[in-house]
Parts: sequence; structure tokens; C-alpha cells
Amino acid sequence: MSTAAVHSLWTTASDPIAKIGAPKIEYGQLSPTLIVVGAAVVGVLVEAFVPRKSRYYAQVFVAVVALCAAFAAVVALAADGYGTTKARIAAMGAIAVDGPALFLQGTILLAGLVALFTFAERRLDPAAHGNRVDSFAAQAASVPGSDSEKAAVKAGFTTTEVFPLLLFAIAGMLIFPAANDLLTLFVALEVFSLPLYLMCALARRKRLMSQEAAVKYFLLGAFASAFTLFGIALLYGYAGSVSYGTIAQVVEGTIPNVDPALADTMGNDALLLIGAALVVMGLLFKVGAIPFHMWTPDVYQGAPTPVTGFMAAATKVAAFGALLRLLYVILPGLRWDWRPVMWAVAIITMLGGAIVAITQTDIKRLLAYSSIAHAGFILAGVIATSKDGVSSVLFYLAGYSFVTIGAFAVVTLVRDAGGEATHLSKWAGLGRRSPLVAAVFAVFLLAFAGIPLTSGFAGKFAVFKAAAEGGAAPLVVIGVISSAIAAFFYIRVIVLMFFSEPRPEGPTVAVPSPLTMAAIAVGVAVTLVLGVAPQYFLDLASQAGVFVR
Amino acid sequence: MSFPLLTATAVLPAVGAIATAAVPAARRTAAKWLALLVSLATLALAIVILVRFDPGGARYQLTESHAWISAFGVRYELGVDGIGVALVALTALLIPFIVLAGWHDADPLETGSKRWRPTQGFFALILAVEAMVIISFEATDVFLFYIFFEAMLIPMYFLIGGFGDRAHEHGEEAASTQRSYAAVKFLLYNLVGGLIMLAAVIGLYVVAGNFSLQEIVQARANGSLHMATSTERWLFLGFFFAFAVKAPLWPLHTWLPNAMGEATAPVAVLITAVVDKVGTFAMLRFCLQLFPEASKWATPVILVLALISIVYGALLAVGQRDIKRLVAYASISHFGFIILGIFAMTSQGQSGATLYMVNHGISTAALMLVAGFLISRRGSRLIADYGGVQKVAPVLAGTFLIGGLATLSLPGLAPFVSEFLVLVGTFTRYPAIGIIATFGIVLAALYTLVLYQRTMTGPVKPEVTAMPDLRARELVVVAPLIVLLIFLGVYPKPVTDIVNPAVKQTMSDVHQTDPKPEVEAAK
Repeated sequence: MSTAAVHSLWTTASDPIAKIGAPKIEYGQLSPTLIVVGAAVVGVLVEAFVPRKSRYYAQVFVAVVALCAAFAAVVALAADGYGTTKARIAAMGAIAVDGPALFLQGTILLAGLVALFTFAERRLDPAAHGNRVDSFAAQAASVPGSDSEKAAVKAGFTTTEVFPLLLFAIAGMLIFPAANDLLTLFVALEVFSLPLYLMCALARRKRLMSQEAAVKYFLLGAFASAFTLFGIALLYGYAGSVSYGTIAQVVEGTIPNVDPALADTMGNDALLLIGAALVVMGLLFKVGAIPFHMWTPDVYQGAPTPVTGFMAAATKVAAFGALLRLLYVILPGLRWDWRPVMWAVAIITMLGGAIVAITQTDIKRLLAYSSIAHAGFILAGVIATSKDGVSSVLFYLAGYSFVTIGAFAVVTLVRDAGGEATHLSKWAGLGRRSPLVAAVFAVFLLAFAGIPLTSGFAGKFAVFKAAAEGGAAPLVVIGVISSAIAAFFYIRVIVLMFFSEPRPEGPTVAVPSPLTMAAIAVGVAVTLVLGVAPQYFLDLASQAGVFVR
Repeated sequence: MSFPLLTATAVLPAVGAIATAAVPAARRTAAKWLALLVSLATLALAIVILVRFDPGGARYQLTESHAWISAFGVRYELGVDGIGVALVALTALLIPFIVLAGWHDADPLETGSKRWRPTQGFFALILAVEAMVIISFEATDVFLFYIFFEAMLIPMYFLIGGFGDRAHEHGEEAASTQRSYAAVKFLLYNLVGGLIMLAAVIGLYVVAGNFSLQEIVQARANGSLHMATSTERWLFLGFFFAFAVKAPLWPLHTWLPNAMGEATAPVAVLITAVVDKVGTFAMLRFCLQLFPEASKWATPVILVLALISIVYGALLAVGQRDIKRLVAYASISHFGFIILGIFAMTSQGQSGATLYMVNHGISTAALMLVAGFLISRRGSRLIADYGGVQKVAPVLAGTFLIGGLATLSLPGLAPFVSEFLVLVGTFTRYPAIGIIATFGIVLAALYTLVLYQRTMTGPVKPEVTAMPDLRARELVVVAPLIVLLIFLGVYPKPVTDIVNPAVKQTMSDVHQTDPKPEVEAAK
């Protein structure tokens, strides 16, 4: 574009035609996402062409291979230095390949892999008519309680479509924290949200509740998306570009050349503030921060538990990644405008999540509110606006996602005649009947509560330290107080499991296949390793703490 | 590289805990013996530490230092001064007795699920607590200390909530409810204390940039680390609050009577004689050394709270109907003395306080364990259910009496020396407080002697007539403790020799000197 054109009276400088070239795609650097998307497409083809009997195995195989390969690609990129020295922006400015992106993509892929194990579990539900079934509806399209549903169950159908859906969701999540322009951000948001809405509706038991949850999630999610999109439009009006880098330059006032067509609106702070607020709102909806949290308990409760676990872990990772990038890349110049608001959101999220959780009587709802409180703790790290803040959030997310998937995997094991026994009163005396399961769940609860020697403590310490160093000492004090409140309800569950008399008609603990066992074992291992020897992972997170712009 | 003695003392019981927990359900007795052997081996290591420790040598000895979490500025740093050595030895000494005294406490009544192994769990948890307590006495890194200070709550919580006395006045259902209430109360009080301390720990890091006790103390002494007065006070309060809950100091004490009342006697001893000592120890080691100015600033209030603890604890002990709760309130009174001694800021007061921690551990263990034997025979904790026991079980009554006399600080028994030192130390600086504190001793005589009189003397109650005297196992538990009480009462020098240099150091950290003895008339 540096062509110095000679202009006559009748011509004026215009962008040379050469600008509309073939897009340059760095396939290598985008390989993690491409592998997952490719595998998802293959999954769809499997649905179409592979005989029903072998679909399950084919789907699980494709998904496992894809996630492992994508993770290997992330590791290879990181080893190649793309996380630090070679960090760059790929795909024509749409996607950033840098430390935070690679770290979060690695986390999402591993969490997705562990979640996949719980998706593929087929030993928990009693076999229907001699066919092993998983947690998903026999045929999603059949009306609950109808004859066609019975026929589908009798025929031994299973919704193997969940595997490609899971892969599509993961693909969207991989792009979300790496998106480097607002449109990519929005597309990624939709790519991972739509499969999630669908998967929420697929529960095999309590189907009406599951469909209700999906509708709620979809409606509220659609609203949030609309807000985000509107915010994007306003930000475009403000900066004349959807690219993070350009917007940041406009915010800082260092933009080299202004498009005359946009000169009137460019730099209008009202557009910037309202636009940024709307976009951030959409992201806060996804992380489940108060006051955008209303969907969380209902959706967590209604969705099939494996989906809940995946959603609670991976969505949070992806959305916090995107939030970090947005706030740290576009808005550092606006720090003093967004910080007070985020302070308020963090405070009510921590306190609100912890206080409301106390009154819950359903284990899935309890974990939902606990996830809200945790979103507040993570926000405290986001607010630090320092390199330590980024790395502490990355570390927290990595630890938290495995605890969450593990905890929900344990929830799938405790069952009675109606499926999973999620009412808390049914968990009484679980420690007497199945000490091992109860002990494992206690480890997860202690990690949620942030007791030392678990990953929860290391993570909480890291974000609070970053927040305190960033001048947010009151936030730390409130965080500590809400941790104390939160500890109360985690402990209540432990009391119930270990110190209450078992009920005679209480639930049984199903013996899972090695798949769920592996998911739980990975959860416990990560929780303890990150608790006792977090140094390696803290280093990793701290190396990954710099965004490319 | 020399053998990491301090680490070994903590790792041994930790490994023992895992091994004990892994013993199969059918081999219950093997688990008990394993736990006992591990605790004895730990005691042997503690004795080696005691021998290797040179009271006249460097301040922190047998030090170990390794990189741990460099991202947080945390190092794995261990080292003991005289105070730490005394308390490590006390812990290692008491655990075998606790294990032996609780020999049958966790035998399952009925065979439940094959995987349900309460006995293994009970002894594993005791060893886990031992490991964590020992490492917190040894840690010279604030973060390392904090981790184990908090983590020890979890095994302690399961010990209180999971195991209780067999018999209960209101039946098994009520017992179970009260037990889990006590456990939750214990955990919540201490967790809240610990979390507030967490905020202060983070604050300390923001101010100092690392967690090494020695480095921070040194930097503060030579002026390279400046702390604003208000910052220092806030941080001090954060630390002190956690330690005051743990110690416990009035008005944060209310969890202790519940916890000690509902737990089995050996676990009650573990709480008051071992775990709570971490609180008073940490006041000496962390509050005074890290925040000397703030400590002096807070002294008047803390002294008054300690005084209230002494008198209030003793008064409530007089009014108790329940033997175990009585001992709990007596302990609150004694912790008042310990805290009084620490914050009187005199060397007699602080050596007295340290000595008090050791002696209180031994004397409470003796009294409480004998009380536990008594309760297990009759199946009731109420004082009114007993009477005339000394005619039926003279040895039990005799040992109970000695334990009780130790609790009231009879001269010739160990606690007298420490209580005397604390009172002298307090009196030289704060005569009025010293005088009021003396009333605590009078009340102590009242509650102990009345307890003895009501349970052991008088006409033999019909339910007590068939009560067997102490068995061999129980004698093995009680006899050494009583011998120690008498020995340290007559000849406390071995302990004071170890403790005194460390106390002098602490005094100089707080920039305090003993007030000159002066006679009023000479002025």
C-alpha cells in the first residue's frame, strides 16, 4: 500500500486493488482450532454414514484423537515460542497466537478431553432393553413421555450427536479467548453457545426440566449476544474498526491515519463507554457474574450433569480469557473508567454467590452458586490489571476447571431410582456407605473452599495477591469474607456425608466405567498437584501472561 | 548435606498416617500398633532434635531451606529456636499417650460396609494432625506456617465430628447431632480466623516482598523495610485474630467447650494440649517478631482480654456439670495465663508462658485422659453421676487427684513453676493485673477440688460400685505423665535452659528490657 501513485486532476488516491488479495491463513498456527473443527465435521459425517451400532465408538474415537492432536499442536506451538517471543496475530488480524491464548486453549482442550470421558460414560444408567445408554436422550426430537420416545428407547437409540456438538463447542471456545477482532469474538461466541444450548436439552432423565433449562439458557443467551453485537456496532462507530489493535490505538489517541468518513464519530467517548459496557456485559453473562447470573442455577440443574460439568469449566475458561483480552488489550487506557464498575461487579458476585448458595438444597444448584462466587474471585484477579493479574487468573482457571469437572462427575455417580440423586438430603451418610467416593468429593469441596494444599488455595492466593498488589486491598478483604461464608456451605455438605446417619432408602453409588473414574482421578490429581507443588504451573502461567497486540 | 532432621520429624507421622489409613479393615489391631510405633519413632526423632539443639548456639538451628513456590516468594524454610524445640518435643511426647489412651475409642460398634474403617481413620487422622502441628512449630516461612496452620483444621474437624463418646445422656441420635455441631463450630471459628489471617499474609507479602521470617525481621531491624504504623497495626490484628481464635482467648473461645465436650478424651487432649499451642506459639514467634511496635500498641487491650479469660474461664469452670467441659473452661483460664505471660513483655513472663505451654500440655493430658477413663467406665460425663469412686478405684482416683492438683498449680508440680513465673513477670510491669490474675489460682483450687470431692469422695453411688480400677494400658498412659509433672515441678531447669535464650532474643526483637526491680520505699 506504499505505492506512491501519481494523481492527476481526475483521480485521487485510493486503496490499490491489490488489497483484495487471497486471505493469508497461517494453518500451522491455527492448527489446534482447525483440527477440532475438522473432527467435528467428520463427526457429522459419521452420524450420516456409519451404522448406528458402531457410531458411539467411532464418535468417541474421533473426538479423543482430535482433542489429543489439538493439544499436541498447542504444546508444539508453545514449545516453538509462539507463547512468548514469536507471539503474533494470525488469520488476517482475526486471531491472536500468544501466551494467554495458548495457555487457555491448552486448558480448554484438556478440560474438554476429561469432560468427554464423562460424556461417553455408559455404565451408570441401567441398561434399557439390553442396550447400554449414556446420560443423553434416546431421541432428542421425540416428545417426552410420548410413544415415539418409548419406541426410541426400546430400539436402543442414543444421541451420539453430542460428540460433534461437543467438538463444535470446544472449537468456538478455542477461538473465543484468542479472537483479536470483535467480529471474530462474536462468531466464536455463537459457535460455542449454540451447541451448548442444544446439549443442555438432551438429558435422558427429567427431560422437561432439561428442555426448560435449554430454553432459558437460549433466550437469555440470545439477549446477551444481542447486547454484545450492539456493543460491537457502537465500538466500530467509535474506532472505525473492529480490530482490537486499532481500537486500542484510537483509545490511546495514537492512531496514525484517520479515515475522513469516520472522522466525525471517531473518538466519541460516549460510543466507547456504552459499547465497551455492552460487550463486557455479554462476557460477564457467559462467566455468570452477578447481576448477569440468573440463568446459571437453572441451567446447571437442568442440563445433563456431564454437560453441566463441561459448561461450568470450559465456558468459564473461554469467557474469562476473552474478557481478559478485551480489558487488557483494548481498554487499558480506560482503566479508571472500567475498574470501579468491575469492582462493584466483583464484590456483589463474590458475596451474592456465597450467600445465596447457603440456602440451596440441591447439589447441582449449590455448585452453580459456588461457581458464581468463584467467578467473583477470578474477577478480583482480572481487576488487578497487571501481568501478575493475568497469570493468576490463568492459573486459577486451570485449577478450577478440573475441580469442577471432577465434582460434577462425582454427582453423576450418586443415584437412586429416578436417576441422579441431587437433593442434598439424599447425600446424608454417604461417607459411611462409600467412603472413597465421599472422600473424593470432600477433596473437591475443600478445593472449592480454598483450603491449603489444594489447587483452590494456590489459585485463590494467586488472585488475591495480584489484587492486593494492584491496589485492590478492600476487594481482598471482601474476598476473604466471602470465602468464609462459602466455606460454610461446602462444610455443610461434608457434615452431611460423613457425620449424618445414612438413610435407609438412600441412594446407591453406581460403579462407573474406567472413563468416569479417569475423569475423577485426573481431577483429584490436578487438585493435589497444583496445591502442593504449583511452581511449574505458576511459571507456565506467568510466562504466558503477555498479550500480543 | 546433613540429614534433614526437622523434615523427617514431620514426614514420619505423615507417612505413618497414610500407611495407617491403608491397613485393611480386618486388621484393625495392626493399624493401632502401627500408629503407636510411628508416634514412638517420631518421639525418638524429637529427642534427637532435643539433644542436638544447642541452647547457647545460633537462634534458629537445624535449619533447612529449599526453593518451593518462587512465584509467591515462598521457600520451604525450617528451623527451631528454644521455644520451637520445647513444643515439638511436647507434641511428640503427647501423641503416643493419646494413641494409647484412644486404643478402643474408634472400634466400630457394628460391621458396616467393608470399606468403612473408622479405626484406621481415627489413628491416621491423629498422626496427620501431629505432622502438621510439628511442621508449623518448625516453619520459619510465614506462608509455610500458614498452610499447615490452616490445613490441620481438616483432620481435626473429622476427629471431633466423626468420633465421640459411646454413651450420651440423650442417646446416640442427640450425640451425633451435637458432635457435628461442635465440629462445624470448631471449623468455622478457626477457618474465619485463618481467612482473616490470609488477608494479612497477603498484605505482608505486598509490604515485604517475601515470606521469610528471618529476612523480614532483619530488614525491619536495620531499617531497610519500612512499614507504616497503620499498616503494621492492621497486619498485626489480622495475625493476632487467627491466633486468638486458636489459643483461644475470650471472647473467641466459645468453640472450645463444645469441641472438647463432644470429642473423645484423647482428641480433647489433642485439641487443647497440642493444637491450641500453635496459637500461643505463633503469637510469640510471628506477632511479636514481625510486628513489635504494633504488639506494644495492642498490649493493654490484650492483657485485659487475657485477664478476662483467666477469671471468666475459671468462674465458668466452677459452674460446670460436665467433667469435660469443666476441663475445657479451665484450659481457657490457663490460656489466659499464657497470653498474659507473652504480652507482659518481661523475660520471666515469656519464659513462664513457654514453660506454661509445656506444663499445661502435660497436666491437662493427665487430668483429661484419666477423666476419659472414668467416663468410659460409667458412660456419663455428668459430675452428678459419680460419687465415692476413690473407694472403688483408688488408683484412678489418685491419678485424677494429681492431675487436678497440677491443674490448680500446687507447688511441687510442674505448672506451679510456670504460673509463678508468669505472675512475677506480669507483676513487675503491671502490678494491678498481676494481682487480679492471682484470683484465677484461687478459683482453680475451687473447681478442681470441688470436682474431686463430688466425684471421688462421699458415699459410693450404686452405679459406680462395680467400676474397675485402671488397667495396665491406662497405667502406662498415666504414670509417665505424672512422673514428668513431679520431675518438672521439682527441677524445671532442663526446659528453662532451652527456652530462656530464645525468650531473650524475642524480647530484644520487641525492644523490651525487664523493668529494674525497685523497692517502693527506696524512692
